[in-house]
Amino acid sequence: MTIPVSWFLVLAAVLFGVGAFGVLTRRSALIMFMCIELMLNAVNLTFVTFARTMSDIGGQTTVFFIMVVAAAEVTVGLGIVVAVFRRRSSTSVDELSELQG
Amino acid sequence: MLATTYAIPDVLVFVSAAVMILVGAVGVIAMTNPVHSALSLILSLLGVAVAFLEQSADFLAAVEIIVYAGAIVVLFLFVIMFLGVDKSKHPHVEPLVGQRWFAGLGVAITVAGVIYLMANSHWVSGVLSASTGGTALATGAGNVTQLGDSVFTTYLLAFEATAGLLIIAVVGAVLLARRERTAEVDDVDDDVEETAADAGRFDEDVASQEVES
Repeated sequence: MTIPVSWFLVLAAVLFGVGAFGVLTRRSALIMFMCIELMLNAVNLTFVTFARTMSDIGGQTTVFFIMVVAAAEVTVGLGIVVAVFRRRSSTSVDELSELQG
Repeated sequence: MLATTYAIPDVLVFVSAAVMILVGAVGVIAMTNPVHSALSLILSLLGVAVAFLEQSADFLAAVEIIVYAGAIVVLFLFVIMFLGVDKSKHPHVEPLVGQRWFAGLGVAITVAGVIYLMANSHWVSGVLSASTGGTALATGAGNVTQLGDSVFTTYLLAFEATAGLLIIAVVGAVLLARRERTAEVDDVDDDVEETAADAGRFDEDVASQEVES
């Protein structure tokens, strides 16, 4: 008997939680990006799990598109990090406080 | 008990994938050195690829390794090296008092709620309520065929839209990361010269940009 679906879903939920905790607590923009990748992968794992359960290839197709969007997002995001670093020599998000009220 | 219910190789593969995923994920947020975080991210992504393989998503497992562990993490490492490894000076100081506790509490509630929802619904019992695609998912080359059929027929418009998205992302990244060249700027990546050059550039742009500090 193959591994039950619930194990993968719980694993994905925990992975998402770890990524969310990292985004909420870490201050470096780079680490926050990595944690966002973790959360995206948790969602990908859930999609693949449901694709297997429901015998529907559409779940895997969605993961394919998520990967494309994630690659584009990382490219632009790291470009922004580099541009911000040029101006302030830091990647800490705490120092980006111009919009503070 | 487990051994009687499930095949031992399947359980072993799942457990090793889970350990890789979780150890890597905790490593990403626990390491103070960004390079170590990126390497932990690779470990976690390889674990996800193993989990994909176990669920007959062969093509996605390969793409996961090539695109994520190959391209995206290398991009992260490139940017870390480009900016210089800056360890956070005080990684254990919380700028907001109690932020970690609140974050941990919120995440715990969220994850527990999701697991509760899953445990009390029909999804995890194997009963199919949604209409299925019919045929079971194939593995190996059949997986690629199925995925290709799906991408190039049902999701063709979305696939072409991603082409536009990638072009826009590339142009945007080049625009963001580009350094405006002035006469006195040379290609030497010396910090002092770079700062001086940036200061000069900002002076020139003072009419259009708000200069701070």
